[in-house]
Amino acid sequence: MSKDEHKNESSRRDFLKSGFAFGIGTLFTGGLFSSCSETTAKVTISDENVEKIKLLTTDGQIVEIDKSKACPISPCEPPVGDEARKGIPGRKFVMVIDLARCANAGKCTSACQLGHNLTPDQEFMRVYLMKDHEYTDPYWFPKNCYHCDNPSCVKVCPVGATFKRDDGVVLVDAETCIGCKFCVSACPYSARVFNWTEDWSKPEVDIEFSPETSIPRIPGTVSKCDFCPDMSRQGKLPHCVTGCPMGAIYFGDANEDTICNGVETLRFKQTIKDKAGYRYLEELGTLPRVYYLPPVDRQFPYERGFEKLTDEQKLRYKNISDNS
Amino acid sequence: MESEYREDILGGFIPHIQKPDRKWYATVFVLLAIIGVGLFAFVYQLYKGQIVTGMRDNVVLGVYTVNFIFFMGLSYAGALIGGIFHIGGFSWGRPMLRMLEIVTITSLIVGPIFILVCIGRPERFLNLFFYARIQSPIIWDVIAIVSDLFFCVVYLHFTYIRDFAKLRDYPNLNIANWRKKFYKIMALGYNDTKAQQRLLHQAQNIMAAIIIPTAIIAYSLLAWLFGMNQRPGWNNSIFAPYFVLSAVYSGIALIIIIMWIYRKVYKLEQCIKKEHFDFLGYTLLLLALFYGYFSFSEYITEWYNSAKTSSILLAKFWDFSEYGFMFMFSNFFAAILPIIVIGIPQFRSIKSIVITSGLIVFALWLKRYLIVIPSLETPYIPIQDERLEWVFYSATWVEWALTLAGIAFFVLAFVVMSKIAPIVNVSEMEEKSKGLKFFYKTRK
Repeated sequence: MSKDEHKNESSRRDFLKSGFAFGIGTLFTGGLFSSCSETTAKVTISDENVEKIKLLTTDGQIVEIDKSKACPISPCEPPVGDEARKGIPGRKFVMVIDLARCANAGKCTSACQLGHNLTPDQEFMRVYLMKDHEYTDPYWFPKNCYHCDNPSCVKVCPVGATFKRDDGVVLVDAETCIGCKFCVSACPYSARVFNWTEDWSKPEVDIEFSPETSIPRIPGTVSKCDFCPDMSRQGKLPHCVTGCPMGAIYFGDANEDTICNGVETLRFKQTIKDKAGYRYLEELGTLPRVYYLPPVDRQFPYERGFEKLTDEQKLRYKNISDNS
Repeated sequence: MESEYREDILGGFIPHIQKPDRKWYATVFVLLAIIGVGLFAFVYQLYKGQIVTGMRDNVVLGVYTVNFIFFMGLSYAGALIGGIFHIGGFSWGRPMLRMLEIVTITSLIVGPIFILVCIGRPERFLNLFFYARIQSPIIWDVIAIVSDLFFCVVYLHFTYIRDFAKLRDYPNLNIANWRKKFYKIMALGYNDTKAQQRLLHQAQNIMAAIIIPTAIIAYSLLAWLFGMNQRPGWNNSIFAPYFVLSAVYSGIALIIIIMWIYRKVYKLEQCIKKEHFDFLGYTLLLLALFYGYFSFSEYITEWYNSAKTSSILLAKFWDFSEYGFMFMFSNFFAAILPIIVIGIPQFRSIKSIVITSGLIVFALWLKRYLIVIPSLETPYIPIQDERLEWVFYSATWVEWALTLAGIAFFVLAFVVMSKIAPIVNVSEMEEKSKGLKFFYKTRK
């Protein structure tokens, strides 16, 4: 075998490999999220002259169904106005955060701030240091909006600017919001931030506001974590999930029973069942869509979370770190 | 004796109505200047964003909301007490009726202005009507305030009609022509015929009867704005009656102060007697007892069940580096001091009652502060922030300027209204009444 042949062979193998990976990738994302391209489904004509389409199920089987029964594929562009009040069809988004893995790297916060063009003052995703009682070790506790199924914020909004969608997401329409801030005080999880000023760190791009991206932020209105449905529409994971170097944050769809942290994909219900997943302040009856896996069998001591912090940032966790 | 109070009361007011003196202009100028500073602060806040206030993501409501609750309390108190005086036929309360109504209307205007100032985008205020969601407690409040304002304006007008007619018919009144026209229009052709008298009397009775429940409902709804929230310190079933009670309490205390000022300025010693102060003082005493009882009940239940966040909140009230002084001050001056000053006859005088009333009004303002701000500083997830202004609230000059402007507007309304018509309902005072005769005969 000549060198050239060998080269050809190896490049062919590479090509096959990458092709295979690409195929798996598309299958996977196609399964997890509505893919944007409409070419994924093949149209065949059956005997009864009813249009059928082939689709991939979550357990990897290809099935044929009537085209009329298939859900329409959602558009890629984040919708604006009233269109944003409809959820992505067939989805029920959930998030699972594994507390055993969080080391307060702060990457979820910064990735989110980058993705949503936030100022350093605004954190949709915040990392708290928690200590349940004197015998437990403190643990890091990332907290975003819980997208509750019984949301206190939506209840009190006088103008319907914040709303709950079919896909489980709670969003803010900053174009209707009057900035009364009663949703901020109603939220028991301190999830909401207010746009106090117009002095943004970066100039806002001149695009129409979409509740799905929370961009551009409108001064005098309320913002919060939006679960990045715009990313889901593109078949991608939210900024905080991909930002986390520990893979502590899983995001997925309860209808498909799948959650993914960008590296591994798990069954949602089984994970919650096996690892005793819980929801924070369950007793308030808000029914959050964010679950926590308890901080057991930790991969590192909590002190590692302090290593990269400046002295000023360490002040934030003074109430816990002083007592332990 | 009868003639003492039936003397030409209107005649005594005519000089005040005819031509404002220099003092009046000076007062108006000072008040307008304060309002001007407030307007500047508001424009500054609009331009810079609400970052110029002390409010941040945890404490999202500040002094503005405290003022809102405070002024709404005064307004409902005015409506409630006025309605009760009218319906109950407490003729000794007649000199106060007009003041009560003006308190009601003015604070009903000032209160919502503070909400306008507090919201992030005041220009979208009309969204409250266009996109109203009836499930929201805020919309309940909007409906309550609008209807209350409407009823109160109608009622106030009814109480003015006879005085306007008198002023219209007053001979040789030295006022501008437009004001004569104004009286003519506002008197609605009232000529004091028997039929008109009866009609007006009935109309006033109906409006007074409407106003009492409206005021109670409206202030309960305001209480539920907070009580409906899942927040330690707010989620409390006693809030609605507590708010109504403290509204009446602050209203009566304020009326005592206003009465005293008018008595000094207009020399109304013949209309407003020491007995008025005593009577209202007794009411204060009773309300102080109730207020203390309600406060005790509120705090003792939270303290005893010692839920985590409630305990943290209550600890802040006992901590003198946090809200300790405010807590002591508000409870001592609103719940204990009136019992000492008014309950013990040796301490009871017009001056002491007026000073106590002032302290009560201030203490109740502080109480509203203690309801709103410490609760917001104590969320379920303890605040972890390195930025101190994000953790603790402290009002900035913008907020204080607007607060002063609100008070100035309130005073200005009184100053202006006292030029339009007598500050005491002259017609009612001149009216023959057995109860009134009895009051002025026996209590001299």
